[in-house]
Amino acid sequence: MAKQVTLTIDGKQVTVPEGTLIVDAAKKAGIDVPVFCYHPKMEPVGMCRMCLVEIGRPVIDRATGQVVKEADGSPKVQFGPKLETACTTPVSEGMVVVGASEKVKAGREDILEFLLTSHPLDCPICDKGGECPLQDLTMGFGPGESRFIFDEKMRMDKHVPLGELIYLDRERCIQCGRCVRFQSEIADDPVIGFYQRGRSLEIVTFSEPGFDSYFSGNTTDICPVGALTTADFRFGARPWELNNAASICSQCPVGCNITFNTRREARSGGRMVIKRVMPRQNEAVNEIWICDKGRFAYHFTEGGGSGNSERLTQPLVRKNGELAPVSWDEALQVVAERFRQAGSGLLTLAGGRLSNEDLFNLRQLTQGLGGQTALYTQMAGGDLVAQVGVGQGTNFADMGAGSAILVVASDLHEEAPIWYLRIKQAVERGAMLIVAGARPTRLEKYAAHVVRYPYGSEAAAILAMLNSLSAKRPNLPEPVQALARSPELQAAAKAFAGAQNGLVLYGSEGLGLEGSQALAQACANLLISTNHIGRANNGLIAVWQRANEQGAWDMGFRPRTDLAEAMKSARVLYVVAADPAGDDPSMAEAGEFLVVQELFLTDTAKLADVVLPVEAYTEREGSFTSGERRVQRFYPAVPEPAGLKADFAVTGQIGQLLGLDLEARFASKVMLRIASQIADYAGLDYVRLAEVVEQWPIVGRGDVYYGGTSYENSQGLGVQLAPAAQRGAAVPLAWPEFASQSHSQQASAEGLLAAPINRLLDRGQTVWPSTLLHSRIPQPYVALNPADAAVLRIPSGAMLQVTLNGTARLAAAHLDENVPQGVVLVPRSMGLPIFGPAPVEIRRAEVVSA
Amino acid sequence: MSEYLLLRHRQIPDIGNLTVYRQNEGFQAFHKAVTSMKPEEVTEVVKASGLRGRGGAGFPTGLKWSFIDKNKWPHYVVANADESEPGTFKDREIMENNPFQFLEGVMLCAYAIQANVAYIYLRGEFWQIAAHLDRKIAELHSAGLLGDNLFGTGYSLRLYTHLGAGAYICGEETAMLESLEGKLGQPRLRPPFPPSFGLYGMPTVVNNVETLTNVPLIIEKGAAWYRGYGTEKSAGVKIFSLSGCVNKPGNYELPLGTTFRELIYEHGGGIPGGRQIKAIMPAGASSSLIVANEQALDTPMDYESVPAVGAQLGSASVIIIDESVDIPWLINKTIHFFKHESCGKCTPCREGSYWMMHLTERIDKGKATWKDVELLKDVATQIRGKCLCALGEFSIEAVLSGIDRFRQDFEARVGAREMIETQP
Ligand SMILES: Cc1cc2nc3c(=O)[nH]c(=O)nc-3n(C[C@H](O)[C@H](O)[C@H](O)COP(=O)(O)O)c2cc1C
Ligand code: SF4
Ligand code: SF4
Ligand code: FES
Repeated sequence: MAKQVTLTIDGKQVTVPEGTLIVDAAKKAGIDVPVFCYHPKMEPVGMCRMCLVEIGRPVIDRATGQVVKEADGSPKVQFGPKLETACTTPVSEGMVVVGASEKVKAGREDILEFLLTSHPLDCPICDKGGECPLQDLTMGFGPGESRFIFDEKMRMDKHVPLGELIYLDRERCIQCGRCVRFQSEIADDPVIGFYQRGRSLEIVTFSEPGFDSYFSGNTTDICPVGALTTADFRFGARPWELNNAASICSQCPVGCNITFNTRREARSGGRMVIKRVMPRQNEAVNEIWICDKGRFAYHFTEGGGSGNSERLTQPLVRKNGELAPVSWDEALQVVAERFRQAGSGLLTLAGGRLSNEDLFNLRQLTQGLGGQTALYTQMAGGDLVAQVGVGQGTNFADMGAGSAILVVASDLHEEAPIWYLRIKQAVERGAMLIVAGARPTRLEKYAAHVVRYPYGSEAAAILAMLNSLSAKRPNLPEPVQALARSPELQAAAKAFAGAQNGLVLYGSEGLGLEGSQALAQACANLLISTNHIGRANNGLIAVWQRANEQGAWDMGFRPRTDLAEAMKSARVLYVVAADPAGDDPSMAEAGEFLVVQELFLTDTAKLADVVLPVEAYTEREGSFTSGERRVQRFYPAVPEPAGLKADFAVTGQIGQLLGLDLEARFASKVMLRIASQIADYAGLDYVRLAEVVEQWPIVGRGDVYYGGTSYENSQGLGVQLAPAAQRGAAVPLAWPEFASQSHSQQASAEGLLAAPINRLLDRGQTVWPSTLLHSRIPQPYVALNPADAAVLRIPSGAMLQVTLNGTARLAAAHLDENVPQGVVLVPRSMGLPIFGPAPVEIRRAEVVSA
Repeated sequence: MSEYLLLRHRQIPDIGNLTVYRQNEGFQAFHKAVTSMKPEEVTEVVKASGLRGRGGAGFPTGLKWSFIDKNKWPHYVVANADESEPGTFKDREIMENNPFQFLEGVMLCAYAIQANVAYIYLRGEFWQIAAHLDRKIAELHSAGLLGDNLFGTGYSLRLYTHLGAGAYICGEETAMLESLEGKLGQPRLRPPFPPSFGLYGMPTVVNNVETLTNVPLIIEKGAAWYRGYGTEKSAGVKIFSLSGCVNKPGNYELPLGTTFRELIYEHGGGIPGGRQIKAIMPAGASSSLIVANEQALDTPMDYESVPAVGAQLGSASVIIIDESVDIPWLINKTIHFFKHESCGKCTPCREGSYWMMHLTERIDKGKATWKDVELLKDVATQIRGKCLCALGEFSIEAVLSGIDRFRQDFEARVGAREMIETQP
């Protein structure tokens, strides 16, 4: 533990670790030191000069090295002639800090007066008004009237788009540099900067497209004025009109804690609507940040029950070949009757965006009828995650020297941006990162070791690492043995094995179900063999494609490789939160009777015999289990729309009609049942999930100037589950089967293999309704190596006909040297039917003139 | 001056030629140091010589070198050739005419701190000088004075010039380092100081061109010899850049401690038209205005005596103001400069200089009232002691000393406003 230092701040004795800055020491003691440029998550810069205080230090006798005493025995303290910045000065023993003096008061007033001379004072039309540090601190410390002639103010541009997502008001900027520093220090996307100097200093972006960063929205939270606003919320509401509801981002497995700000508004027909998404502090998950997908892609939840969005409003039953609106009673009766008849012929197919409660009820219902469940996903391994990790108490913030992190088959910057950010920070604190991938990804910049393998050898690469340590499995196939001879791989394996803590994140790039299952098993073996299980900051994390896939595994759902056949042979197919027909037209031939439970009239729903409309997660409660196996609650943000039900309630009601004992009213009660039936969830209830502890830095109270406008967490930090290994269960090694065919054998006649990759912003159902993001989402494309393109005479940007899984689609050609030869990268959820590695044929599309 | 130590080209016209420089003991100090002195010994001699920085702050040079952090490598030397203080034009004369002595100074400093790379940061307008220095550096490589394994000792050294983009703030050493790293030229927080955290975060010595140009002779002739010039606490010679209302403006190399009177009247030929001297700015635009009375004229120009008359010696760019100059006009000019050059990093300087400019402009145009003068004083006082770097603190020196010491000029300006206002 760091040495403790005791000092006095405004008469209060404070003891803090050595190295703490005065401004933070004061905050811990509940004393406010106003700041603008300082932010507790970033290095101090001392630019704004708002945090001036008087600092006295004990006088040390040079000869003796002892503290000189006053006549009364107290230490003699000498104050400097000038005020000093509390944000740049670390505490020292015996220091006396005065912030409550006339001199300091005058100093703060001086700085505010200066700042206000160049400020447009357009608070009445400013988005920040009401939660603005400049406004608040002016009220608290500023001069009452202006001595600066208003007409001499420098006028600057007011509506400057820094790209499509963020707008800059140059006049309002107080040049604190927080945005610039966030982008370079925290996000490592240094795409904005200061241009010019002095009073002409202005923020500019120098990326194409402007402000090209997945983290850009965070700058609007920490900007201490209304200079940076999002295109989404700009002029949308005044902060004091907003209600807030705690929630969890549903876009990826990180499970960022968020707050939905809502308001009832005339222009939305008097309904409560979501106006913006703000980060909610959870230092173990997302700190005080969220990515732009989480911030801007919430629009898919809008318009529930109103009829003025794509959302379904009423149950539909097919009559005379057409889907016709019916009452809930009728629809549920029809469904219950069909389910009863189907019995064991029922197949329930569920997607990973459902809550734990929904999934639990689905499984109870299906099992009650003797039917089968399947998880609609392209990634496997959740059972292994539940066995070997991650350990309870895992927090990226605690990883530094001594921790090893291995990321395999995942482009984390695209798939889980906040994990990318937190791993980067762990590396900066001394953690050792290994990135294993078939092509370079952004995270490799921070890697101590890079392991390169050909697509198809993901599991082999990890087994090769393991083998290089102790030849655990002598009869490895030749490709694995070849990898195992790579010195870089050996060094990486050694470093991983030697680290105190070892964590593995595996993804689904280039992989389908079988490949990811094999990879997960290989990773589990590595962790078991190197004794990196059963402890905090050790174990396995799956980089799922959806928010609650881990929860789905935990609730007993499993994907199946024979899904297409199973769907065809099912007597009744119950599809919830999944759109197989939309993803792959060949999946359209479902069995005899199809029930779809959905937000939208998806391609699959269009084929259904019954369609059951449900509430978006923002309209109800529930819980998700994050990739780090943290169970977290979300609360209703807007009132329940008339005519819609929550997924668990629909399922529960069907079950009740069938005489099954299912909970259909309260999500909290479903959680109690989960806790009693699923061992890993034992002891959980909504009260425990709502527990909080004090977090550092302190944010989101009256002091928006300190941490920004992110919300304090008073609604629950969630509970991280303990894996079986931590609960003392034995976890044996198992050896994955190697696919009988290698991928090169799988390739098409031209020798091309399609490998799926994941993009943050895709054309998926939960992204596309947010039209603001369209400018950041490319047209459907595939990426290939320029050498392959040259052979096929494909110029960059050419339109291609891509034939995959029996379906031909148009896509643009992106040429990229980082793509291995012989491979065509196909992004998921971008309009091309790709699930796992597959042979692909490409040729230039005939140019059809308009 | 009997013998020049720095502006030696005035006595040896071709000293800018390598052969001529070497015929005049050139590079003997460097050879001696590299082949027969320990690096610390070089620093010790410089320390003993009493040499202080000529870039403005007057910090003891040898002491600075001794602060270099020996636990972090590599080390760097950066020669400050930004020469941007209004009224300073000494470094330029050295680099144009006596370049090898300057370069040898850089090289000695590099050896003393065991740097293998040294940069010369020149203001952007000095592009011709940079090209000139590049040629000289190439000659030194050809002559075996730069490069690897110098004199067979294993020590290697390379020099590079780098041009700024025209910002006064880039003369401030930490802003200069930022700029050299390719970033926006804004000062860093100090501490840490460059000897522990400098270029690319590595230990770095930053010295002014003139400071470094003193070093070869100090190493060659010894500290005691150097102490024969100047005063006890301000040893050696200094180049005074004399400008303003004076008959013979120019660079004058004189021992520290020479009086203003001698500089202005003996060397500078007095005030044009026999007019009366009114004020002196001994440190360019960053200077307080000294009332040029008899006592001031008799003040020795050294680091201790100038503060006694309420100013700083700074880089010794001595600007003479005579009775024909109106102080509000002068202040307005000065503040326009600072407003233009404020880097904008910190609030008081960025906003204060802009505000002061509006006030001085109004006062100078005769459109102000006495309240504006008082407000100007207030604003300047508000800036004092709150800035991140010295530029902001410098910007108010002329304003505050001007209003305090030349109040009548301001009263007259405000009077003009009152006259205008009372006209029908
Ligand atoms: C605003 C400002 C401008 C400066 N400009 C210069 C300059 O042009 N040349 C220079 O040598 N030093 C300049 N300095 C001083 C440098 O920061 C630094 O103290 C000096 O280069 C150190 O060298 P010395 O010890 O040899 O004087 C400036 C300082 C400030 C605050
Ligand atoms: S835009 Fe906001 S965060 Fe960025 S420098 Fe200006 S005031 Fe600071
Ligand atoms: S005092 Fe002026 S020049 Fe120095 S950091 Fe502040 S704004 Fe920049
Ligand atoms: S200088 Fe301390 S908060 Fe800005």
